[in-house]
Amino acid sequence: MESDVVAITLTVNGLKRSMEVHASHTLLKVLRDQLGLTGTKECCSLGECGACTVLVDGRAVNSCLMLAAEADGLQVTTIEGLSVDGRLNALQEAFLAEGAVQCGFCIPGMVMSAQYLLNLNPHPTVEEIKEGLAGNLCRCAGYGRIIEAVRSVSSEETGK
Amino acid sequence: MTEWIGRSAKRVGGPERVSGSQKYVGDIRLEGMLWVKLVTLNCGHARILSVDASEAQKMVGVRYVLSARDLPQPVPRFGPTFQDRPVLATEETKFFGEPVAAVAAETEDAAREAAARVRVEHTKLPGVYTVDEALDPASPLVQDPALRPKDPLRDTSAADAVFENVYTFPMVTHFAIEPHAFIAAPDNGGVRVWSPIQHPFILQRTIADCLGLPLAKVRVIAPDSGGAFGGKGYPKFEPLLAFMALATGRPVRLALTLEETFQAGRRMATRVRVRSGFQRDGRLVFQDILADCLIGAYADIGLRVVEKASYTACGPYRVPNVRVHSRAFLSHTTPNTAFRGFGVPQMSWAVESQMDEVAIALSVDRVAIRLANLPDRGEEFIRGDIPCDGIWRESLQKAASAIGWGKPLETGHGRGIALGLKISATYAASYCILRLHYDGSASLLTGTSDMGQGARTVFAQIVAQEMGLPLEQVAVVMGDTAVVPYDTSTSASRSTVIMGSAVLRACQDIKGQLRALAAELSGASEADIRVENGFVRTSQAETGFAELLRHYFGTTRGELIGVGSFLKRKTAGHPLAGKTIFYELSCSAAEVAVDQETGMIAISRYVTVSDVGKALNPQHVEMQDSGAAVMGLGHTLMEHIVLDKDGRIVNLGALDYRIPTIKDIPAVMESFVIENGDGPGPYGAKGVGESGLLATAAAVGSAVREAIGTQIRDLPLTPERVWHAIQERDKTRSQAEKRAHA
Repeated sequence: MESDVVAITLTVNGLKRSMEVHASHTLLKVLRDQLGLTGTKECCSLGECGACTVLVDGRAVNSCLMLAAEADGLQVTTIEGLSVDGRLNALQEAFLAEGAVQCGFCIPGMVMSAQYLLNLNPHPTVEEIKEGLAGNLCRCAGYGRIIEAVRSVSSEETGK
Repeated sequence: MTEWIGRSAKRVGGPERVSGSQKYVGDIRLEGMLWVKLVTLNCGHARILSVDASEAQKMVGVRYVLSARDLPQPVPRFGPTFQDRPVLATEETKFFGEPVAAVAAETEDAAREAAARVRVEHTKLPGVYTVDEALDPASPLVQDPALRPKDPLRDTSAADAVFENVYTFPMVTHFAIEPHAFIAAPDNGGVRVWSPIQHPFILQRTIADCLGLPLAKVRVIAPDSGGAFGGKGYPKFEPLLAFMALATGRPVRLALTLEETFQAGRRMATRVRVRSGFQRDGRLVFQDILADCLIGAYADIGLRVVEKASYTACGPYRVPNVRVHSRAFLSHTTPNTAFRGFGVPQMSWAVESQMDEVAIALSVDRVAIRLANLPDRGEEFIRGDIPCDGIWRESLQKAASAIGWGKPLETGHGRGIALGLKISATYAASYCILRLHYDGSASLLTGTSDMGQGARTVFAQIVAQEMGLPLEQVAVVMGDTAVVPYDTSTSASRSTVIMGSAVLRACQDIKGQLRALAAELSGASEADIRVENGFVRTSQAETGFAELLRHYFGTTRGELIGVGSFLKRKTAGHPLAGKTIFYELSCSAAEVAVDQETGMIAISRYVTVSDVGKALNPQHVEMQDSGAAVMGLGHTLMEHIVLDKDGRIVNLGALDYRIPTIKDIPAVMESFVIENGDGPGPYGAKGVGESGLLATAAAVGSAVREAIGTQIRDLPLTPERVWHAIQERDKTRSQAEKRAHA
């Protein structure tokens, strides 16, 4: 059994975490079951729905497709890490104001993908927003308000 | 004073949803919790010969393996209409994915590995997977078949023309982004169950019946779900988990994969033959409908779906002669459960498409033919039910104008328009409790579930409006049967109207109590005291709620408890147990462009108009409507469950079963409401949660027909299917030309 266990160190939402993880466990499983960060959601486990999207060294990844061991030494940002001092960031506020949230289950992944898009491209066009969020499924919304939420933030000066 | 009604208040529970702190069932971890995995067979129908768990039981971390023989005998069965579904398969598995055994272990890995080591000796059996197989006398019986006798169709002689066509709608899956998750734990001589269930009180009585417990010993906790759409309406594996929790004495948790969630419930597949008689001017003479509906291995709520959809099969029209003959076939497939629209999308696909085929054949405009047959407000159109409760032509005319009806179209483009009508609840018992706290803030306790539709927000708005409180001073507590009073269900777009009315009454109850207190304190007559805008007013004074309660209770402290209810009992002898409380009516219109080379459909504009009575929160109404529209575009354009010859779902999971992504939405989408204040709910509201997808398929189908010149009668309208239709059209045209030359 011991050979199945790997010691890793991650920086999660700014905090350094050293732990032992099972070699076969995904980053998603470790975030949810070992670190208790259940804001990151599990749906398809195939990299198709985007519910488990987190940022790893600043890049959006499906955490269901990445082994935790592969993230050794890297910086991970989850939805819990977007709020600053318990306050929602501009993008999260925009999702609420624009009515982009219904059941909310896809929203953590959707927000992380949108944040990644805005980090790369502070003023995306509608087509670029669609491209950036094409890997995130939502079953409640007509998507239009999600696009509006991202646009409302991107049109502001800071782009964040 | 702030007006809360008609205002787009931000979602109550929104900050939790965008910050990741919202706890769905799958996010809950209990001390000592075991992980459960199911053992299933790789075919649709099989006889179970033996279950050998000896190897699995020896594995490290495995605590319990349960098969049917470990349950009380005969194995308890459950179901909302017939109690036909066993807690675990016994003797036979009747659909692909039906569990034979379940393993509980200390870790998810151990449970998964042990589940794979449970040996189930079985024989594959032939199955019933389609309507044709169900009708074949040589097919095996799924359960006892009892079909309705045929009724005569009365007067058909006034018809100038009769049309007959057959339309099919395949099985589709709900695909809520939250797969089902369940927890059960022993609880003071009873059991506590966590489930994302829409109807916690139905689950409570199902568990009580299966385990032989009083309702008081079954506590159901239903955190807000991550999308439900009907798929989380009725119990699934909660009874199984309850048995496992009591057997192990530990909390047990089962989180289904998305693939397993596909196998837990789906939309009914239909084949609907519509025979219609019309007068030359487009007026309907008769509708003769035969609907063959493929339900699953167990009835679940399938029969009610068939009944309700059949009841409104003719849509929102005045039809002098009607015969609707519906047959629900059990099959060796995933149990068919409720799914947004509750059978209406299937029926409307057939009947509304037929309306267009008739219009084209009679050279009557497709909007005009609908206008000619729509009833007026107050006119009876379903014999014996409530009359038409809206000015429905307004919805049709608004949609027609928004889609540009009648304007010239480019080649390869087309427009379509269709109406959808659904009845709501026909019986209800909904109660709520409103507590006015010592500091003047209020807590509402209600058994309704918020699965994203926004019930929490709308109820909070009603309380804020009635009590004159800021929204932030109203808490809405839901989802715990030990805390909140009974509610029949969260279904049929009912909650704003039905529970909303109960909430309004609870507010009135509290206001009455405030007047009585003020009368007692001031000596004024109750009749001279008014409660408005957050104050209790007499001719002399104006007192805030907190101040009044301080005066009355002093440092003893206390609170006021108001109760509100909405009760409509079942009507004996009525086919649906009662008349509907309101109608949900919607109009969809689409403009499409079809690529004649590839069969790809691009939707350039899509419009929905819903007759809502009054939009209590316009933004939420629009969100429900456009969300429903996109879901409708899914079953119209791309979604269908495909079975192989052994009844296995071939396209299980997100890779092979496609739902609309953000790139699939129409270039322009608009959502409108008709507000005439003519609903029975608070402030004249009607329900709206399902309307946006009732007529999607027919609207798009009609637009495609206009674009390619030929009608497709089977869903979904995949590029392949459209391309074949174009090829067929060209072949027919060239044959006709050849004949003309010859």
